[in-house]
Amino acid sequence: MTFLDTSGTSVSDRLSVTGTANALELRGVSKLFGALAALADIDLIVKPGERRAVLGSNGAGKTTLFNCITGDFAPSTGSIRFFGEEVAAFPAQERIRRGLRRTYQISLLFTGLSVLDNVYLACCGVSRGRFSFLRPRRDDALMASAENLVHVVHLDEVRDTRVSELSYGQQRQLEIAMALSGAPRFILFDEPAAGLSPAERQELIEILTGLPGHMGFIIIEHDMDVALRVAESVTMMHNGRIFKEGKPAEIEDDEEVQALYLGGEEGLGHG
Amino acid sequence: MALVETNPRPKVHDARQRVWFERIPASYWIVCIALLIMPAFASEFTLYQVFGWSFILGMISLSLMFLGGYGGMVSLVQMSVAGLAGYMVAIFGDSAITDISLGWPWYIAIPLALIVAMVFGTIVGSLAVRTEGIYTIMITLAVAAAFFYFTRQNYVVFNGFSGFNGVLPPNLFGVDWRQSIPFYYLTLFWAAVSYFVVLYISRAPFGLALQGVRDNPRRMAALGYSVNAHRIAAYAFAALIAGTGGILLTWQSAQISPGTAGIGPAIDILVIAVIGGMSRPIGPFIGAFIYVLLKTFAIDILLSVGLSGERFQLLIGLGFLAIVFFSPDGLLGLWDRWQEYRKRDPLLDRSEDRL
Repeated sequence: MTFLDTSGTSVSDRLSVTGTANALELRGVSKLFGALAALADIDLIVKPGERRAVLGSNGAGKTTLFNCITGDFAPSTGSIRFFGEEVAAFPAQERIRRGLRRTYQISLLFTGLSVLDNVYLACCGVSRGRFSFLRPRRDDALMASAENLVHVVHLDEVRDTRVSELSYGQQRQLEIAMALSGAPRFILFDEPAAGLSPAERQELIEILTGLPGHMGFIIIEHDMDVALRVAESVTMMHNGRIFKEGKPAEIEDDEEVQALYLGGEEGLGHG
Repeated sequence: MALVETNPRPKVHDARQRVWFERIPASYWIVCIALLIMPAFASEFTLYQVFGWSFILGMISLSLMFLGGYGGMVSLVQMSVAGLAGYMVAIFGDSAITDISLGWPWYIAIPLALIVAMVFGTIVGSLAVRTEGIYTIMITLAVAAAFFYFTRQNYVVFNGFSGFNGVLPPNLFGVDWRQSIPFYYLTLFWAAVSYFVVLYISRAPFGLALQGVRDNPRRMAALGYSVNAHRIAAYAFAALIAGTGGILLTWQSAQISPGTAGIGPAIDILVIAVIGGMSRPIGPFIGAFIYVLLKTFAIDILLSVGLSGERFQLLIGLGFLAIVFFSPDGLLGLWDRWQEYRKRDPLLDRSEDRL
C-alpha cells in the first residue's frame, strides 16, 4: 500500500518531493478568552513533510494552538494557511477535507461503536460515502482501508470490540488510526504518549517514525524521549508565545530553555 | 514494524460466514410467523384496532426513535409531520370535502404527500439542529403547537376544525384495504419495511455517522463530517417514515383533523418511544402495542373496579411513571438487564462471558 511507503525518511529527501507552499503557515495568530490571551501573535511555519515538536509547560497554549489550526476554535486574529490556502475562516470539516487531521489529548472516540466502526467512520468522513444509506459491501474500499488502519495500529484482535471496553493504551492507538484515515497530508498529535506504558510508547514511536515521508506532523508531548526522537525541529512555547525554535539538540542545550523548564541542571532528555 | 508490513486479510468474522437466514435469531422467526398467521386467531377488532393502530403509532414513534436514539435529537414534531402527510393525501386525493380535495390519483397524491412531509420535516429539522437537548424539544413542540392551531384556524386548505373525512385508501388490486385483514397486512408490511430499513441504515455509513454525531459532534466535525447537514438529513429521513405512518393513520380512521396531530398526540409519540425504549428500533413498536392496549382496554379495567372509564389516561400515566421510574431506558432496558441477570454466574455474581 502507498500508505506504508517509508522511503525518504530524511527531511531533505521529503522536502524535495513536495511542493513549494508551506504545509502550515500561521501569521499573527492570537486567541483571547476574555482578557486572557491563550495565544499571542503566533508566527509558525512548518514545511511539507516536516515533523515538529511543540513543547511547553501546562497552560503554554499548545492545545489552543491546535484548536485554532483545526478550527475547533476560531482564532481572534491572524491568518492560517494550509498548503498555501487561507483556512482561518473555514469550519473544521472543510480543513479536515483538505488533508488536516488531529488527535485529542483526551481520547474523543465513539464509545458505543466497535473499533472497526470508529475507523470506518473516520475513513468515510472525508469521502462522498458519508451520506450513504447503503451498508458497505465486503469489497468496499473504505472498509478495506479501515481494516488496514486497524491492523497498522495493532488492534486486529479487538476490531469488533466496543471502544468502551478497550484499555486506555488501545484507545490511544485507535485515536492514531483515526487520524491516519483518508490520506492525510498533515497531522497534529496532541500528547499521544500520555498515560502509555514504556512498551506502548516504544510502539508509538515506531508508528510515528514509520509514517510515509510526505506526511508531516506537529506533536505536543511532555515525554521528551518521544518528542525528540520523532521530531526534526522543536518549537518552545511559553505563556501563549513562541520563544524558541530550533533543532532538538539546540533546544536541549539552550540555557534559557533549561532555566525555564529544568531548573538549569538536567538535560531535556530527562524531562 | 507494522507500518511496513503488507496487509494480510484480517480473518473474516464468524457471523459473516453464515448464510443470512442462519444469522437471524430464532425469536425473530417466531415473532415473524406469529404476526403473519395472526389473522387466523385474532378478532377483526384486534387486527384493525389493536395491531393496525400499534403498527402505525409504532412507525411514527420509530421516526422519533431514529432521531432521538441514533441522533440524540428528541423531536416532538413527528406527529405533525405524520398529520401533514395525512392532510396532503386528503387534499391531493379524495375525501368527502370535495370543495378542497383535488381528487388526483393515488400514485400522484401519495408520493406528493410524502414529499411535502419530507420538506416540512427538513425545514423543521434545519431550525431544530441549531439547538441541543431541551431547546430542541421546545422548538419542535412550538412547531407542533403552531401546526395544530394553524390547521384548526385555516379553512381554505385544511378545512379548519372539522378537517377531512372520507379519506379512503385506493382499491388497489381490487382489495378493500379498510377491511380488517387487508388493513392488518397493509400496516404490518409498512411497519416491517420501516423497521428493517431503520435497522439496515443504523449500520450503514449514514446511520453510523448519526450515532457518531450523537456521541460527539465536535469529533465528527474533526473527521470531516458536516454535523448539521447530517442532522438535517436525518430529519428528512425520519419525516418519510412518519409521513408513511401518517397516511396509514388517516386511512385507518378515514379522517384527519387538527386533533389528530395536536399537542397531546405529539407527546403520546414521545411517551410510546420512552415506554418501549429508544436504544433499538423494536422499542417504539413494543411501546405502541402497550400504549394501544392501555388505551383500548383501560376503560374496561377501570369500570370493573368501579372507577369512571374516562380516567383511562390515569392508567397510562401511572404505567409511564412506573416504567420511567424503574427503567429509564424503557422496556428494552428492562429486557437487557434481565438477559444480563440470566447470564450471571450465581457463585461469582458476575456475567459469565467476563469470566
